[in-house]
Amino acid sequence: MSSIPLKPLSPPLLEAGAGQPPAAASMRRSMNLRRRLTERGIEGLLLLAALVSVFTTLAIVAILVWESILFFRTVPLIDFLTDTQWTPLFDDAHFGIIALLSGTLTTTVVALLVAIPLGTILAIYLSEFAPFRVREVAKPFLEMLGGVPTIVYGYFALLFVTPLLQRFYPDLPGFNMLSAGLVMGIMIVPYVSSLSEDAMRAVPMNMREASYAMGATRLQTALFVVTPAALSGLASSYILGISRAVGETMVVAIAAGMQPSFTFNPTEPAATITAYIVQVALGDLPHGSIGYQTIFAAGLTLLLITLLFNIIGHILRKRFREAY
Amino acid sequence: MPADSLTVADGSPDAHLQAVRHLIARHKTLDWLFGLLGVAALMFAMLVFAMLFGQMLVNGFPHLSWDFFTSFPSRRAASAGILSAWVGTILVMLVTAVVAVPLGVGAGIYLEEYAPKNLLTDIIEINVTNLAGVPSIIYGLLALALFVYQFGLGQSIAAAGLTLALLILPVVIVATREAIRTIPQQIREGAYACGATKWQVVAHHIVPYSLPGIMTGVIIGLARAIGETAPIITIGALTFIAFLPPSPFGNPGHLISFDWLTAPFTVMPIQMFNWISRPEAAFQANAAAAGLVLVVMTLSMNAIAIWIRYHFRKRIKW
Repeated sequence: MSSIPLKPLSPPLLEAGAGQPPAAASMRRSMNLRRRLTERGIEGLLLLAALVSVFTTLAIVAILVWESILFFRTVPLIDFLTDTQWTPLFDDAHFGIIALLSGTLTTTVVALLVAIPLGTILAIYLSEFAPFRVREVAKPFLEMLGGVPTIVYGYFALLFVTPLLQRFYPDLPGFNMLSAGLVMGIMIVPYVSSLSEDAMRAVPMNMREASYAMGATRLQTALFVVTPAALSGLASSYILGISRAVGETMVVAIAAGMQPSFTFNPTEPAATITAYIVQVALGDLPHGSIGYQTIFAAGLTLLLITLLFNIIGHILRKRFREAY
Repeated sequence: MPADSLTVADGSPDAHLQAVRHLIARHKTLDWLFGLLGVAALMFAMLVFAMLFGQMLVNGFPHLSWDFFTSFPSRRAASAGILSAWVGTILVMLVTAVVAVPLGVGAGIYLEEYAPKNLLTDIIEINVTNLAGVPSIIYGLLALALFVYQFGLGQSIAAAGLTLALLILPVVIVATREAIRTIPQQIREGAYACGATKWQVVAHHIVPYSLPGIMTGVIIGLARAIGETAPIITIGALTFIAFLPPSPFGNPGHLISFDWLTAPFTVMPIQMFNWISRPEAAFQANAAAAGLVLVVMTLSMNAIAIWIRYHFRKRIKW
């Protein structure tokens, strides 16, 4: 279908505004124009606000990559990945990120051993077992627990949990990964339980009812009907827990000591990637020195690890997503 | 009875019934046991919280006096206070709120009301989700390179406030979007039918109706920012500050001065970290007192946020 181009109206007719006095028409037109410009301007401003988050990401990546490139000009990548010592500020400088990764890994595993079982049990209990009243009180309480500043948990780990553990295990050093990991686990429980519970409550009620009608108990329903259906949500809550544990800074910086050492023994002191960054920042390193660049290389490693877990979480979510 | 004799004679149906009963009993016990386990887990979480709070209360409460709030940190534990810390925290939070609220709310409004379905919108959305998962210390590294050195802000209140603003931006954006999403479409259509422009719809209807949700998000974000230690340490903030930033008021010649923005500072969590790292028990008691103040600050902010959410959700009936 071809359309015949319309002949434009003659300009004087258009401007006269169909019998209105010309002044009013032009006033209305200028008002319309102003209105349109304001609308456009506001939309532009709002878009800029939305783009700030994109700029933030770009800036983070650019800065970490740029400083890391400077770092890897001095330190070969192969040393960074294979050396087992991390002593960048010593005369005999070693740059083996493994020494920091082992600390991060150990504290994370200890934390997850606490957070995942406890968080999952709490989620199942709150979603499938707890009476309405208990849930109404427990949910905000757990949310509040998640709002306590991490530095307070650090205090708790160093000055309460470590002395407590030393009563049972007198050889435990004052700084150790065990108490840092345990407290970190406690800290992560609210995240895991709250996200898992949301996922389980999203499972439709009629699936539970079908299960009960077959004579299943609440536990059987929870374990064999609700949990499989909510698996993608559970998986992402665990992944979030892992990212939290990997990126957690103050608890490990305070309670696990800041000595980098290649060890997987939780009863020893060791530094994590985050604790190392804090340690360097507490000192006074000149801008542009190799020591200054190490924290960016460490930060890039940390960002890549969290990114990796985010991607794994995304894949798990897609793979286990059940649509009802 | 014939039925009984049959089962006894046969043997197996009775055994079968017994087995089923046994099975049911076992599963009921397991069910009951798990219920117990759940209660125990909840009790454990509460116990941990009670111990944490109780221990801090016992150690820190005796130090909470008027002097503790009105003295500067000192080399002598007994006379050390948190004056510079709480003033610093309030000023940094002021900068954070002034930056994060317009940006976060604006971004939320854009994504919900304006954004066309295109690649750019997808990028922004994915980006906000991912930013929420970036460890806070990474923001510290960003701020160290960008705000402290590139922009030349140094270890100042402005640098710290901007850092924390970027950190809580995703929280504010997500809260704004969730609040806007609960507004029914008819509200918008009604306003458009009266000849309102898009911005008029947003300013007169969308923002006022989503205000409780936005406020909840802002308060939760600020409560998180108050307790953040790692990014502030990373920008190299000093830990021993025994003076206050210049006052914004009462300077000769100016009604309001902004010198405080570039002043060095300390905040509550940094002061607490400083005291925890000292070996003397007296300083650790100070840390407990500072922690107590910090916990009360964040928990009361969270409680206010939960209350706002609950209170307004009850009142709104579309």
